[in-house]
Amino acid sequence: MTTLDLQKIGLRKVNKTLQSTTTTAGEKFTVVNPMGGHAIACGLQSDIEVTIDGHAGFYCGGMNKNACITVHGHAGVGLAENMMSGTVRVTGNASQAAGATAHGGLLIIEGDASSRCGISMKGVDIVVGGSVGHMSGFMAQAGNLVICGDAGDALGDSIYEANIYVAGAVETLGSDCEEKPMDSSHVDALTELLNRAGIKVDVQKFKRYGSARTLYNFHPDNAGNY
Amino acid sequence: MQKKSPQTTPRYSATFDEYTLSEIRRAASTGIYDIRGGGAKRKLPHFDDLLFLGASMSRYPLEGYRERCDANVVLGSRHASKPLHLDIPITIAGMSFGSLSGQAKEALGRGANAAGTSTTTGDGGMTPEEREHSAMLVYQYLPSRYGMNPDDLRKADAIEIVVGQGAKPGGGGMLMGQKISDRVAAMRTLPKGIDQRSACRHPDWTGPDDLEIKILELREITNWEKPIYIKVGGARPYYDTALAIKAGADVIVVDGMQGGTAATQDVFIEHVGQPTLACIRPAVQALQDMDMHRKIQLIVSGGIRNGADVAKAIALGADAVSIGTAALVALGDNHPQYEDEYQQLGTTAGAYDDWHEGQDPAGITTQDPKLAARLDPELAGRRLANYLKVMTLEAQTIARACGKSHVHNLEPDDLVALTVEASAMAQVPLSGTSWIPGQ
Amino acid sequence: MCGIVGLYLKNEQLRPKLGSLFQPMLSEMKSRGPDSAGVAIYRDPVNGSQTKYSLAHDNVKFDWQKLGTTLASDCQCNASINQIDTHAILIADAQEPHVRTWLKQHHKGVRLVGSGSSVEIFKEVGLPDDVYSRFELEAASGTHMIGHTRMATESAVTTAGSHPFATGADLCLVHNGSLSNHNRLREQLEKAGLEFQTENDTEVAAAYMTHKIREGATLREALEQALIDLDGFYTFCVGTETGFAVLRDPIACKHAVLAETDDWVAMATEYRAIATLPGSDAANIWEPKPQTIYAWGELT
Repeated sequence: MTTLDLQKIGLRKVNKTLQSTTTTAGEKFTVVNPMGGHAIACGLQSDIEVTIDGHAGFYCGGMNKNACITVHGHAGVGLAENMMSGTVRVTGNASQAAGATAHGGLLIIEGDASSRCGISMKGVDIVVGGSVGHMSGFMAQAGNLVICGDAGDALGDSIYEANIYVAGAVETLGSDCEEKPMDSSHVDALTELLNRAGIKVDVQKFKRYGSARTLYNFHPDNAGNY
Repeated sequence: MQKKSPQTTPRYSATFDEYTLSEIRRAASTGIYDIRGGGAKRKLPHFDDLLFLGASMSRYPLEGYRERCDANVVLGSRHASKPLHLDIPITIAGMSFGSLSGQAKEALGRGANAAGTSTTTGDGGMTPEEREHSAMLVYQYLPSRYGMNPDDLRKADAIEIVVGQGAKPGGGGMLMGQKISDRVAAMRTLPKGIDQRSACRHPDWTGPDDLEIKILELREITNWEKPIYIKVGGARPYYDTALAIKAGADVIVVDGMQGGTAATQDVFIEHVGQPTLACIRPAVQALQDMDMHRKIQLIVSGGIRNGADVAKAIALGADAVSIGTAALVALGDNHPQYEDEYQQLGTTAGAYDDWHEGQDPAGITTQDPKLAARLDPELAGRRLANYLKVMTLEAQTIARACGKSHVHNLEPDDLVALTVEASAMAQVPLSGTSWIPGQ
Repeated sequence: MCGIVGLYLKNEQLRPKLGSLFQPMLSEMKSRGPDSAGVAIYRDPVNGSQTKYSLAHDNVKFDWQKLGTTLASDCQCNASINQIDTHAILIADAQEPHVRTWLKQHHKGVRLVGSGSSVEIFKEVGLPDDVYSRFELEAASGTHMIGHTRMATESAVTTAGSHPFATGADLCLVHNGSLSNHNRLREQLEKAGLEFQTENDTEVAAAYMTHKIREGATLREALEQALIDLDGFYTFCVGTETGFAVLRDPIACKHAVLAETDDWVAMATEYRAIATLPGSDAANIWEPKPQTIYAWGELT
């Protein structure tokens, strides 16, 4: 297990070590003294395990591929933004735009996520143990956004084909986002996601939301939605 | 029977001209705004309103061929360990695969390669063909993040963060269902055949102070190798340039309202954003005020058409220019050989701009395989290379006549203006006078 | 576009360390705001009959002592004045409107940067570490402080354009973001009698607050009305006599984070500014919700 002290060796050395493609599968690294620093563990490519001991700043785990990253603390804006694969977990809260535009992998936020969680998501699975802020799932194209707590204003505004599952209350739904029926395939998918996230919530509590698909082609009667 | 009394000649209103009348009728009929491609079409103060002085009793020209006039440019030397070395001061602007056919993108790559310059991806991601055919490829980083991934980021030679573009400063990308083919849909993670709605702001940062942190992330992911460009439309060129510098850009791209788009509302193109000529001096002023002129490079785009435009933009302080519309015309866009088909589409060669419908007879702004097959990428690539060569030779000819051994030594003092507007915008005297409005 | 920070000490025993605790917070924000820096520090409250004024002059050799003695004799009051670099703190027991008028009439080159019973405002062009040492803030003690590092957006980089902007007695404002309707608002506020020294959007927001409070609104009411009347992107931190308040616009794109321990409450544009405080690891950390006023100390 390798310990990397961000304050002592600096961001470039930390990231260069973690971004290496010659590490062994499952090799473990711990980043200490993150002190809210930005872009920690971004651009990783190998299936290593990285623990960040403390609070991370913006874009932690950005564009992650294959690696398994855990933040023991809170994470700033854009956690795991544009992730391609692998896993990112934060034990505390995530700030806005968590999982933004991410294509794959699993993002787990044990606490709350702020506004714009899953904005423009393109295939990632996001599981939030707590609540999310406004404009979450905005323009969500693909993937699953699971919210065990409540959702703020304008959930799923302008959503494409992503699925949103919410166990708590939804403040308001965004443009073209509506409640959808839950069939056994959705229940199975949701169960699997919660298991993979290690978060225990009764699947029966969840409702599914998705695109009403009325904005898929321009129509003058929908002008008010734009 | 009464003799008919003399009548005046029928006269269109300048306010309610023919085009305006047709647009009102179209709006009343459809209930939706008019969408089209291209840049601002109306007449604007532009480079034609400027003239070079040339040689005289006090300035002596360089001989062609023997006495060198270089036109190469290095982009991105500020922070990147691998700046771009271009043979010519003209690059190919960002245009997406999706808005353009695969063949068109390949042709652009081939032509740029032959000329020793770069192409740019667009709002749809990087195709393998484009990476293969372009020796120097700039990868755009847009609000939509369609197809964005770290592998392509690392394969790119430079990264261009798009804050805005001249045709629509404040607007997002737009691609209509007709052009969302299987392949385009897969690249953009969208259902086939829908009308793509695009975000106008980046999803995970707003403002130059947060952009600075985003740039840190992009540099960390790419080992600090690639030059980072910031592209802005012609909104507030002085402040936009200053803030791009503060955010950490290596290269700044300023795109005026004549700059084209694949598709957006006509009202956006014609009524938002300033003319290219109005943007250059303020951008250069910001660079000079921060002692960054020629240290951070400035690329100007939006209506660059010939070597004179190239030379004038550089004389006003740009390091290079970028072409989009002109490159497509060189490939064969709007060519009169397809006039019959243009007429069937309700338009004519030279005026065709409904690129969003994907029915381009020239096979360039379409995803229709039959139409796209009309463009031979090798031939078209050669045409582009020819055109780039001509523009470069023209710029060099002008520079030699002004006594310069490098096009970068062209200065504002080599220019005069023909109109008061151009004089004020370019901050060069009105021809025959020493007067610059506002100074 | 900028960085803003605020620190309020709940634990009185930390007051002698206020300046040294705040310094790394401001310093962390320098990359977001390389153009200028400013702070408002609340310390050494004056007695009921006195008012404290923060003054500034571009000429560091300006004769402040003479200003003090002339003011005392002209206005028939007691006045003491203490210079620190380009600024000076004046304490006088004359009526505030008299002092303001006197300054305007006799010293046009002097800028009145703030006033109240305990606030002192220092702001200058330059990096935060330089500004901090010029005004000898490292060793300062006090109850609370707000600060700002500036990246100028649409106005010039000048001292006058720096934050914090005073909005009333012991009230001042720092701002991260960019307003979009400030030019029309400035015209309306000028008609209502307020004066402006810059093209800065934050100066308009501060003047708006001043105007509302003069018209009788409480600070809370003024902030609630600001949500309606101001357009654009903003995170505000308002310094008050007893604490500070934080407000984000409805779209809430400009990041802000709050943190609290038994000893202090802090706000910052980025967590790494708060990470420098002792006990930050175990602090309660959260993000202010949009359109919601958070306040410590009284909001009246």
